[in-house]
Amino acid sequence: MAYLEISNLSIQFPRSPVPVLRDVTLRIDKGQYVSVIGHSGCGKSTLLNVVAGLLPATAGGVLLEGQEVNTPGPDRAVVFQNHSLLPWLTVTENVLMAVELTVGRKMSKVQRLAWTLETLALVKMTHAKDKRPGEISGGMKQRVGIARALAMQPKVLLLDEPFGALDALTRAHLQDEVMRIHADLGCTVIMITHDVEEAVLLSDRIVMLTNGPNARVGEVLEVSLPRPRNRIALGAEPRFLAAREAVLTFLHDRHAAPTLTAA
Amino acid sequence: MNILVTKPEAAPILASSPLPPPSRVAWLRPYAANILPPVLLTLLFFIAWQALCSGPGSNLPPPTQVWAESSELILRPFYIRGGLDRGLGLHLFASLERVAMGFVLAAIAGVALGLLVGTSDFAMRGLDPIFQVLRTVPPLAWLPLSLAAFREATPSAIFVIFITAIWPIIINTAVGVRNVPQDYRNVAAVIRLRGPAFFWRIVLPAAAPYIFTGLRIGIGLAWLAIIAAEMLIGGVGIGFFIWDAWNSSHLSDIFVALFYVGITGFVLDRIVAALGQMATRGTQAS
Repeated sequence: MAYLEISNLSIQFPRSPVPVLRDVTLRIDKGQYVSVIGHSGCGKSTLLNVVAGLLPATAGGVLLEGQEVNTPGPDRAVVFQNHSLLPWLTVTENVLMAVELTVGRKMSKVQRLAWTLETLALVKMTHAKDKRPGEISGGMKQRVGIARALAMQPKVLLLDEPFGALDALTRAHLQDEVMRIHADLGCTVIMITHDVEEAVLLSDRIVMLTNGPNARVGEVLEVSLPRPRNRIALGAEPRFLAAREAVLTFLHDRHAAPTLTAA
Repeated sequence: MNILVTKPEAAPILASSPLPPPSRVAWLRPYAANILPPVLLTLLFFIAWQALCSGPGSNLPPPTQVWAESSELILRPFYIRGGLDRGLGLHLFASLERVAMGFVLAAIAGVALGLLVGTSDFAMRGLDPIFQVLRTVPPLAWLPLSLAAFREATPSAIFVIFITAIWPIIINTAVGVRNVPQDYRNVAAVIRLRGPAFFWRIVLPAAAPYIFTGLRIGIGLAWLAIIAAEMLIGGVGIGFFIWDAWNSSHLSDIFVALFYVGITGFVLDRIVAALGQMATRGTQAS
């Protein structure tokens, strides 16, 4: 049985005649890095929110290690697109609060703080540990968001367009960091993205959604590039280019953006 | 496929030349830009006032006459000459004491009610219509009822302050609680922060800027109301002082008193704003 199983999942919002997502089925193995890609409004984030337990499934469901998932919990930590750090707490306090309520329940105060600082070191944010979110850059905030999620030692890490709001250079830098962390910790990751290069670079598998409403899994692409991956070397790698082309063809040829088809 | 064949050379490091030193009076400029306009316009205002009220048929005294007749009020704010004949500072203190009592009570009750209305849909539906109607009642309209209930001037005035200041505090607190961003709620859900802990660690800090906005509006209204209330209830207080000066035709005294009232209201507003800044440090920036 798969580690995380999404079976026949449909999601319909109360006042809408058609479901956002219909019959989505996905099996994700432990340690796998899976990206979900699709045009805006296709229901990528909705899918992630259901896995996180923040939204209820209309039909079908999600199993994590054979257990049904229907409430939010620290075993499925989320990194939100807009970082969602609490602005009145310092960087350390933001992570510490998550530690306190999750893995740190049985730890002493000293152990909690040590674990918090260890996680912050993992995302290289030790230098700003006493700053408030308002005093650090967008990329740094997102690092702290990642640290907060990792600190809960989740079974699955859910990334909701984590680099969407960042500039290209910062994004590349953080992508490398996430690759390194994934290699170090071997965590299972689901990442929502609309960036083709990012999906190919980071993922073991890319799940492509068709346009919503009524979005389905259109195609699943296995990315068999060896790890560790180097973005510069991959630029000339035929398998990378082929994977990129496959995703681009899906998104822009067979399932072009809904506004374009309407026009 | 690489067009760029030659390796780009590192840019030579330029010897840094010092910037020209700023002129000797440059540091004065920002201050001058801020201070000059208000000073200039105030001066202009006094000149215009002097010009308009100097004529023989003028009903109001010009500034020179105000100074001649009432300089004692400005120079000696704390004299006591028996009875109600005392310095403006002492009248002000009496008013401030009432405002402080009424406002603190309003702040406590207002924040508590606001939190209730913000968190409970039942309380919201039940209380909001009542609040919306009551908050439009002018402060002084409460005074007769308040006098009837308390039978004494001071508690009645305090009640009027209370009832005036409480509405913006309730309404802003409730709005703040209702506007806790969904992101924060999601974070709390993922780490399973619930119940009172959720309230203390997420809701209250997130609503704090709104609460302080309510408090700031509240103190402003309270200061507006106390002057009017004191005119009616008598005794010690800046409002009574103004009414008394009118009755004994000391128009100059009224000008001085108005100046005091304005400055005090301004200071009160700034104090609450500063408290808010301190308490919500970092909350606004995201």
